Amino acid sequence: MEIASHQNMSSDMGLPDALRQATRSSDARVSIRNLNFYYGETHALKNVSIDFPDRQTTAMIGPSGCGKSTLLRVLNRMYDLYPGQRAEGEVLINGQNIVAPGQDLNQLRRRVGMVFQKPTPFPKSIYENVLFGVRLHEKLSKAELDERVEWALTRAALWNEVKDRLNSSALGLSGGQQQRLCIARSIAVRPDVLLLDEPTSALDPISTLKIEELVDELKRDFCIVIVTHNMQQAGRCADQVAFFYLGELVEVGPSSQIFTAPRERKTQEYITGRFG
Amino acid sequence: MADEPKHIVSSFESDLKKLHDMIAMMGGLVERAVADGSSALLDHDPDLAARVIEHDPKINAEQHNVELFAVRLLALRQPVADDLRQVIQALKVVTDLERIGDLAANIAKRSIVINQVASSFSLSSLGQMATLVQQNLKSCIDSVGEANPQKAVAVWRADQAVDDLYNAIFRELITYMMEDARNITACTHLLFIAKNLERIGDHTTNIAELTYYAVTGESLPDFRPKGDNTAAYMPSNAG
Repeated sequence: MEIASHQNMSSDMGLPDALRQATRSSDARVSIRNLNFYYGETHALKNVSIDFPDRQTTAMIGPSGCGKSTLLRVLNRMYDLYPGQRAEGEVLINGQNIVAPGQDLNQLRRRVGMVFQKPTPFPKSIYENVLFGVRLHEKLSKAELDERVEWALTRAALWNEVKDRLNSSALGLSGGQQQRLCIARSIAVRPDVLLLDEPTSALDPISTLKIEELVDELKRDFCIVIVTHNMQQAGRCADQVAFFYLGELVEVGPSSQIFTAPRERKTQEYITGRFG
Repeated sequence: MADEPKHIVSSFESDLKKLHDMIAMMGGLVERAVADGSSALLDHDPDLAARVIEHDPKINAEQHNVELFAVRLLALRQPVADDLRQVIQALKVVTDLERIGDLAANIAKRSIVINQVASSFSLSSLGQMATLVQQNLKSCIDSVGEANPQKAVAVWRADQAVDDLYNAIFRELITYMMEDARNITACTHLLFIAKNLERIGDHTTNIAELTYYAVTGESLPDFRPKGDNTAAYMPSNAG
């Protein structure tokens, strides 16, 4: 329960009970305990303990190099692709420690979807892009595949824009549409956790708002973790916000509290733009 | 807040400082209005009273300026955390300050009438109340300028003494009115003046609460020591 010290709201904060309840560790979909991460000799994450509750959005903020993207990469063990990188500690997803040896990484990556900063559509049709992961994991009939494509594109708020050209190349979509397609591709395999690494930093303001609206919509079904450099976006999208600095988790709390009355001085200096 | 590192965007830093200075300036005008309004009454000085009334629109204009500036700051800078609390504090403090200005002008207006009816009552209790209210107001405006929550709490607590004086004056004036119906005009005006001073005390505590919140991020409890009992007061031989 080390996390309790970070999330211990003082009773006079006036937070709604529901919000306080929601940030408790008991309903966490992802539960991280004493996580340390190393890039060779570099100690990139230092004893991080945090929970990402189910059906909520957690935003991770902090200056470049603070460890937030590293943490995201740990959650689906993307670091395994590189030699010399290792994680110690516990990362429980639905109670299972995913950093322990002997994990089925394909299954893990199905359960933990990821969307990157720049849209990464494959040079295939819109239809095939959505089904790319599904085909790896499931044997479905044509009708079921069609149904899955419509479901994923609808949930990603893209269906109405592309339903008449599902067989056209995904590369013909606008940047914002491509990003929503990537979200559709991630959720098509019905993951438990959706990781978004600066998903709107390459998008125009309207596309950005569409993605934010989508995140709000998707958190009804998923546990969402978003890394963002846009403080207002963190405030708008997230239920809880975690501030990282130099590989350490400085503070985590409900976004309304972090942006009106952060407890830690470092958090305050960072979010108000007074850093260093 | 004063010992914080500077904002990376220096124009934001200077905007916040400007907002701060505008509040200090308006606070100064309001303190002056309360002091002059009280002096106009106690020293029987109708010219000074006229000046207080004449200057009140300046205070209103200053409120408007602060509001415009704060709204612009919210729109363009999207402040958060203590910066946000400072801007919200400014927006709300100017409303209380403007009200205090109105109450001071009202005291000045009534002092002119009281001079004309040439009452012979002692104004020493009102003088004492006015002094206390001015001291609290000054401390309170200092607490805003210094971002000093301890000073704000002290002001917040000190209002009880103002209320006690108000209760005493209320009883005193009722007694005068019961003694001689010809006192009623003057005493009614004096009663309103006492009420105005008591209200100035209340607005001062509002500002103290806002300051406490802006600096610490926490609210003072809802319960404040309050002592205005006059709503339930009835003279024993009334009727």
